[in-house]
Amino acid sequence: MNVVFYVSAGIAVVSTLMVITRLNAVHALIYLIISLLAVAVIFYTLGAPFAAALEIIIYAGAIMVLFVFVVMMLNLGPATLEQERSWLRPKMWLGPSLLAGVLLAELIYMLARVHLSAGGMLVGTKLLGLTLFGPYLLGVELASMLLLAGLVGAYHLGLRPPLQSHRKGE
Amino acid sequence: MASVPVSHGLILAGILFMLGLSGVLVRRNIIFIMFCIEIMLNAAGLAFIVAGSRWEAADGQVMFIFILCMAAAEVSVGLALVLQLYHSMRTLDADAASVMRG
Amino acid sequence: MLELLWLIPALPFAGFVVLALAGGRLSRPAAAVVGAGSVGLSAVVMVLVAFEFLGAPPPHHVYSQTIWIWLSVGSFSPAIAFYLDALSLVMIFVITFVGFLIHLYSTEFMIDDEGYSRFFAYMNLFVGSMLTLVLADNLLLLYLGWEGVGLCSYLLIGFWYTEPANGYAARKAFVVTRVGDAAMAVGLYLLFTRLDTLQIQDLMTRAAHAWPAGSTLPVAAALLLLGGAVGKSAQLPLQTWLPDAMAGPTPVSALIHAATMVTAGVYLIARTHVLFTLAPAVMTIVAIVGAATLLLAGFSGLTQWDIKRVLAYSTISQIGYMFLALGVGAWTAGIFHFMIHAFFKALLFLGAGSIIIVLDHEHNMFKMGGLRRQLPITFWTFLAGAGALSAVPLITSGFYSKDLIIWQSYASAQGSVWLWGAGLVGALLTSMYTFRMVFITFFGPPNAQADHRPGIRINLPLVVLAVLSLAAGFINLPDILGNLPLFSDFLHSALPAASILPAKAGYEGLFGVISGVVSVLGIFIIYLFTMRYRRLTENLANSSVGGMLHRFWFAGWSFDWLYDRLLVRPYVWLARIDKDDVVDLFFDGTAWCNRMGYRALSFSQSGYIRWYAAGMAIGAAVFIGMVVFL
Repeated sequence: MNVVFYVSAGIAVVSTLMVITRLNAVHALIYLIISLLAVAVIFYTLGAPFAAALEIIIYAGAIMVLFVFVVMMLNLGPATLEQERSWLRPKMWLGPSLLAGVLLAELIYMLARVHLSAGGMLVGTKLLGLTLFGPYLLGVELASMLLLAGLVGAYHLGLRPPLQSHRKGE
Repeated sequence: MASVPVSHGLILAGILFMLGLSGVLVRRNIIFIMFCIEIMLNAAGLAFIVAGSRWEAADGQVMFIFILCMAAAEVSVGLALVLQLYHSMRTLDADAASVMRG
Repeated sequence: MLELLWLIPALPFAGFVVLALAGGRLSRPAAAVVGAGSVGLSAVVMVLVAFEFLGAPPPHHVYSQTIWIWLSVGSFSPAIAFYLDALSLVMIFVITFVGFLIHLYSTEFMIDDEGYSRFFAYMNLFVGSMLTLVLADNLLLLYLGWEGVGLCSYLLIGFWYTEPANGYAARKAFVVTRVGDAAMAVGLYLLFTRLDTLQIQDLMTRAAHAWPAGSTLPVAAALLLLGGAVGKSAQLPLQTWLPDAMAGPTPVSALIHAATMVTAGVYLIARTHVLFTLAPAVMTIVAIVGAATLLLAGFSGLTQWDIKRVLAYSTISQIGYMFLALGVGAWTAGIFHFMIHAFFKALLFLGAGSIIIVLDHEHNMFKMGGLRRQLPITFWTFLAGAGALSAVPLITSGFYSKDLIIWQSYASAQGSVWLWGAGLVGALLTSMYTFRMVFITFFGPPNAQADHRPGIRINLPLVVLAVLSLAAGFINLPDILGNLPLFSDFLHSALPAASILPAKAGYEGLFGVISGVVSVLGIFIIYLFTMRYRRLTENLANSSVGGMLHRFWFAGWSFDWLYDRLLVRPYVWLARIDKDDVVDLFFDGTAWCNRMGYRALSFSQSGYIRWYAAGMAIGAAVFIGMVVFL
């Protein structure tokens, strides 16, 4: 099991690296999906099968697909590729890498002292359901309200003048 | 199942988070910035799952479900905003949306 | 009757209040009645008080009346309290009596002026402040009166304010006396912090107990008070303001700059004589200042063409005599000369005023001449005053008072032959410039025509003062002439007697004769110069040495030039450098820093999302670092 964990971890890191360095949006999306799939495998090794399933279904299946739709709708052509190439000079990476590196160093410094193990037992769906609709019931309701707000907001923001002119034209 | 050291899992989450952060800071295209935000959210979820696995409780997965809901809502609203921006600015350059300066 | 003491300063103040509030609406006669009447009533009360004081003297010849406690802070509670003893009685007699005569005179003198009631308001305020000054029981109240008279001097010198030169003269007077006032204030602080009181009699006893004679503290305190006295009394080095103060109306010059305000310094020194006797070095300085000033002013008086400026320099010179007397310890002689001087100097100024007003404000003596036929009363009274000023022997009061001073400047324990010599030369100069003024103005061919004769309100004060100038001296006759020291004896209840060295006591008669001869000699010399040998005099004045001396003495020994170079120009230069106000730099600097900070911070609000994200990341890094490593 450990091997699976480390291999998936490596795949996740590599594909994430590819996501942030691609020029083409669709390429980056594909790599992102791979990263998510690798993380789903990691979830499974850690004894959270339901989370793994959700990761694939919702994250990779719905959210990424939404991204794909938007990217397709934007119809970014070769001009965008040139633009991205001009924006992504190597020296741009210097500052952010340094910053991220500093934060990572601090994190590793803190975590290196922890000696615990994880992934011993499998936490099944039933237990998850009981916890979700037991102590975390309020959270569930709030999450549903959040989704409602997102729905209304997205609908409203998605309205565009052409719709009105379209009606006029009729 | 064999067990994995918690620190390794958390460090993996940290690495993924840092990659996402550097992506946000470097890329100028709004769409790519949104990708990197998703990476960061995913890394946070990974950290939660690792923690829940350590305690052998469902709480980590519960938090992960909440994060998932939040990410979904955020993505839908965010992409709608991006489309509006694209229609008004005709470009996807994040630096172009800097009228509120000074 | 003595309880009415408080009315003496209160009545002029009441007159001031009435005239200040309602003066614009009062008619000329009404304003005159209020203005002159308040001082007249005050004089009447003074006579009543004097009768009781002389007839049935209070214990220790001192009467004290407290009106209310002014302020009370810790152990310091000065009161509005009046202190009547022989010295202050003499002072209030002169101030109210001569003051009333001058007010009466002004009711006719100022009749054509627009600011009639304003004039009387200021004059009443002045008389009230001067009375407060001399009746004050403590130095704080005295300082209040001191400042009050300074203010009124400024207001009255600049009375005709539409003329800029008058405003300049008023400011000059105020600023120069202010220098003295500042020194006096420091002296008051010194006295208060060391002796814990400002009540004058308390102060004198505590000083006598606590401070040994000649030590630094009494010397410092006396020197500072002397600074104040020198400023107010126009002595060296602060004498430059008095000749320019003649820009005010003539009654003002008579009252303030001859009879009363300029003698405030003399009064101060006499009142605090204990302090001065504790500092013999300062007494010597007082005597030297007096002697130098009287000579300096004498020479300057000899060259002036403006009749009022001659009288101004004469005042400076005569006050120099008073300072000389105080400096050698002849306290009573100094106060005696003050009283006599008030009579004849006021007379001379009022006489000059009547000439000026009938000649339509002409001040130049050389444009007058032969006025003795046109203005007989003015002539005879002026002659009496001039005789008193020159100390014509035996018949004028000036002889008795000035001779006493000159004699005691030699014979007193602190006197010296040099001081006597200076006094004698000064007496010669006095007769010379006085009778130069008389001869040029009243004798010779008439150059100007008087358009009317002055009325009774001008002539009556002149006659009264002339009688006093001739007769008042008889209350203090020296040994060889009858030995009737009434005045000195009266003052001995308040001031100590001068200590005459026995070895020199016998020469009093001889020295008296010498003084008499000198004053007559001066009249004779100037008669020759102005009446007989006019051509010779003019040649002398136009020669190179003579001309230079003439210009030098005319400008008052060029003190104005000296002060301008020494004090005024560096100050103006410094003020110009500080035009933008160095202190403001601090406040402007704060605002400037704020603006720079704003500009720096607004630079960080660039509008770029990535900048903001980077800011958050940096902040997170710093905080986590702090938590982890600190």
